[in-house]
Amino acid sequence: MTDDAIRVELVAADRLVWSGDATRVIARTTEGDVGILPHHAPLLSLMVDGVVDIQTTDGETWVAAVDAGFLSVAHNRVSILSERAEMSHEIDLEQARNDLERAKQSGENEDDAQAEVRRLEARIRAVEQAS
Amino acid sequence: MALSLREYRARIKSTESMKKITRAMELIAASRIIKAQQRAQAAAPYARELTRAVSAVATFSNVDHPLTTEPEDPKRVAVLIVTSDRGLAGAYSSSVLKEAERLSSKLREEGKEVELYVSGRKGEGYLRFRNRPVVKTWTGHSDQPSYEVAREIGEALIGAFLHDPENPEESKALEGSEGVDEVHVVYTRFRSMLVQEPTAVRLLPLEVVEGEEKPAEADLLPLYEFEPSPAEVLDGLLPRYVQSRIFFALLQAAASELAARQKAMKSATDNADELIKKYTRIANQARQAGITQEISEIVGGVNALADANAGSE
Repeated sequence: MTDDAIRVELVAADRLVWSGDATRVIARTTEGDVGILPHHAPLLSLMVDGVVDIQTTDGETWVAAVDAGFLSVAHNRVSILSERAEMSHEIDLEQARNDLERAKQSGENEDDAQAEVRRLEARIRAVEQAS
Repeated sequence: MALSLREYRARIKSTESMKKITRAMELIAASRIIKAQQRAQAAAPYARELTRAVSAVATFSNVDHPLTTEPEDPKRVAVLIVTSDRGLAGAYSSSVLKEAERLSSKLREEGKEVELYVSGRKGEGYLRFRNRPVVKTWTGHSDQPSYEVAREIGEALIGAFLHDPENPEESKALEGSEGVDEVHVVYTRFRSMLVQEPTAVRLLPLEVVEGEEKPAEADLLPLYEFEPSPAEVLDGLLPRYVQSRIFFALLQAAASELAARQKAMKSATDNADELIKKYTRIANQARQAGITQEISEIVGGVNALADANAGSE
């Protein structure tokens, strides 16, 4: 690992989704978006359903959709933990759109349904941002 | 010889087809164990990071959280029993249930009331047969548990734990639960392919052991900033920590179930082999006896004919 990179681990409950070196990570916490650069101060923060944007040291951009979870930064290492996380290329956009339509129709008043809609919107956003 | 040759042949045939089934089940279980172990390994990073974060918060803030507070006089206790959905796994389910019975009777001796939660059809059947009330059962996932199930179980147990008798409207406890002061989990720990042991652990109130011990110099915990606040971060972390512990228990139980099934099916296959050997020997004997009898009948008949002919000449 070079000096101007930060180690990133994106972990879902049942697997390690992505890990590698990055120059910049952007994630959405309960307080708003945070950008994390190498040598960020230790931080523990709660994340909401949203999109995580990772710029790797090779200049590539990876985008992932994550459920609510949390983010910890320490020792020049970012761990993003979420119960469910998917990289943008793993998401089927067509299917995601259909799911969203269905979720929107199936009762918008309930909290559960709304959380589902937010989650699905984040997935679609992740794919759109990546392309 | 009690039975005829034909009947022995039929027995050999049916034992052979049983052997085919047990052999197939053995092989399936063997291949699934590897998958189950991989799943357990894949879930490890999440559990590790979560534990780290929880101990970090516990070390650097003196926040009291309801999930970590010891009730002064625990009266009611929830016990989650993790069993399998299917049988044919040797003593797997019965040894978990035995451990659960032991724990419940110990808790009852301490004057606590026990509320039961069950995962797996075998446990459900066992308790229903004995007419024991169960608050909730989860079935259909015992050999490949998903995180969703763990979350559902976690929410139910946390709901029961946080139940406030003076304020029943806001309670998230399930119907049939009156709230509990402790939560225990009984599951089977996967030690190795040969050894699986039923284990009982107390899940709630949580004890974050790592935070109390002094960490080694190398992985000294850094001074974290908490956003939005330590209390809120803890609030978000602890339920996930509980769910991850339940998920861990389910994964261990799944690996143990498959290992127990493989072992049971292997010995069933071996027994079938032995039985086939035994029946083949008896069948051969019966065949020999039949031939001998036929020969002696023929010889007897020839002799009788010869005697009759000699008498008439």
